[in-house]
Amino acid sequence: MSALLDSLQASFDAMPGTAVDLLGLGDLRRAAMRETIRDGLPTQRDERWKYTSLRALSARRFVAAAPSPILHPAALEDIPSPRLVFVNGIFDAPLSKLHDLPKGVILSPLSAAKGLAAQDLQAIFSRTFKASDEAFAKVNVALATEGAVLMVAAHARVESPLHLVFVGTPASDDIACHLRHAIVLGEGSRLTLVEHHVCVGSHRHLASHLVDVRLGNGATLVHARIQDEDAGATLISRADAQISADASYQRLDLDMGGALSRLELNLVLAGDRARLISGGALLAGGRRHCDTRLAVIHDARDTQCNLLWRGLAADRARVAFFGGITIQAGADGSDARLSNKNLLLSEAAEIDTQPVLRIHADEVKAAHGATVGRLDASSLFYLRSRGIPAAQARALLTHAFCREALASIGDLSLVEMLSPRLEARLATLEAAS
Amino acid sequence: MLTIQDLHATVGGKEILRGLTLSVKAGEVHAIMGPNGAGKSTLGNVLAGREGYEVTGGSVQFEGKDLLALEPEARAAEGVFLAFQYPVEIPGVNNTYFLRAALNAQRRYRGEAELDSMQFLKRVREKMSVLQMRDDLLHRAVNEGFSGGEKKRNEIFQMAVLEPRLAILDETDSGLDIDALKLVAEGVNLMRSPTRALLVITHYQRLLDYIKPDFVHVLAEGRIVESGGPELALELEQHGYAWVKDRIAP
Repeated sequence: MSALLDSLQASFDAMPGTAVDLLGLGDLRRAAMRETIRDGLPTQRDERWKYTSLRALSARRFVAAAPSPILHPAALEDIPSPRLVFVNGIFDAPLSKLHDLPKGVILSPLSAAKGLAAQDLQAIFSRTFKASDEAFAKVNVALATEGAVLMVAAHARVESPLHLVFVGTPASDDIACHLRHAIVLGEGSRLTLVEHHVCVGSHRHLASHLVDVRLGNGATLVHARIQDEDAGATLISRADAQISADASYQRLDLDMGGALSRLELNLVLAGDRARLISGGALLAGGRRHCDTRLAVIHDARDTQCNLLWRGLAADRARVAFFGGITIQAGADGSDARLSNKNLLLSEAAEIDTQPVLRIHADEVKAAHGATVGRLDASSLFYLRSRGIPAAQARALLTHAFCREALASIGDLSLVEMLSPRLEARLATLEAAS
Repeated sequence: MLTIQDLHATVGGKEILRGLTLSVKAGEVHAIMGPNGAGKSTLGNVLAGREGYEVTGGSVQFEGKDLLALEPEARAAEGVFLAFQYPVEIPGVNNTYFLRAALNAQRRYRGEAELDSMQFLKRVREKMSVLQMRDDLLHRAVNEGFSGGEKKRNEIFQMAVLEPRLAILDETDSGLDIDALKLVAEGVNLMRSPTRALLVITHYQRLLDYIKPDFVHVLAEGRIVESGGPELALELEQHGYAWVKDRIAP
């Protein structure tokens, strides 16, 4: 057994019985842990992991999350309320601000959600993950006892965004934290949600997130996720969404930090006329490895998806993008678009992109394109010839390169909020390359 | 202000400039004329510091400094401006944002205070009216979707905002109809001052009807083969560049 799995098994064995049986999931957790150990970690022979080696990670040991030193609230002062804050995977009540929750919204840490909506949660959390390469989902099922529970009542329309904040901060040992989230929007409701993954100090923790998103008929979720973690962090994130009839999921991912980050989005357009917009920017410098995998399924008529992703790799970094769209039989009238453009900012960086369309229906529209290029030398010279220093000129051009993906979320105030953080990361990418 | 001595430069391994010597003083307007392939645009690009233009010999002094040792952005901040023959479209970069970033970067370099957005906008408004720039061009991405004439006007507009010491106009007249040409020339003429020099690179004499040069130089096969006053341009117009070729034939 690898050191990683051995240490996770030890964490599982040390879990109190009440935690194992939370929400009546004891048997499920035990089975998931057993299967993880039986199947081991995925390797590059597994199709869905072919761009990412877990060899280095599997040789490391992690301890379970424990309450961390108290963070000064100033560290998070630019993140408005309402917000739910977790530090190294532990819910932080003093840093969270939940007093001004809008009507019709439940936002709670999973650990406090036992009474409320327990049935809904049980239904979501009793999902099982059977594929042999789904080790991280299984580990999450087995070990996650914390996370964010967000439920929006039917027809509730919430204007100001809610914030989920995940902070990594130094501890005496490398921590593995496992968070399980549920985001459920009732029929005709509307919500804007921002996930912040940030660090206060450097660390080498492992964070695993498993998110279930359920959008009722006609619901709209605007969901931005900004992953701006420490350069030593490892992040394994997976979000599975079910989008019902006439519902709209508008998602933006800025994946910018961590030594290794894996993001998997499994998005199902389950009801007629369901819509998905998914934009993303993948930034990697240093020796960072960023692996993103989208699997969109059109499973109903007249559904739409528009995927706009941009990747940038500098230094010796590697960005891998897989964009899979499947239009199932019967999903006639589907409209699917995928654009993935990439910039290589150094000779030693590597970018792999793989757009895949599988169409089993009639009368569909589908378009996809993927490119890998370099920064345009004449644009760069033009800016420099006007007095803009080379690094700033490159940052301007790389930001412009990401602009379309950023804007795809369609919410101007969100774009304004996230833009400076993207720019700051682009500047460090440039400074390093 | 500008002293070019025996300048040699290659592009892609091919020698284009072959011993070019030229001296420009503050307040002067020099026209560089010459047939296609003479090295006119190469001269502009070498002075601005474009990658791929390799200087293999000679020197360029600008205000007492070795211009060739400076990065392109430093040359700009020192006061050198190149109006491009083919201005570049930069999608996603707002024209106003770009220009303010450029101006403030230059001011930082020179140790001057940066302009805030109000001060900047005031300067922009003044310069815009002269060139009859439409407001919406400011809000668009740099040169994106601009017509040929709008791009050239945008170059002169940038020059007006940045207020360089030495402006090099690389075939600014190409692709312009007569009305646009007059407008651009008017903008350029307003920039003439005792402390500023202009280097007007052009294939045709036409532009010089509107921007009157003090000196005209003929560039052929990589060096200045003839220099004179404005009358030289007229002579060229009459005889064509074949006349020049005859003169430099060994």
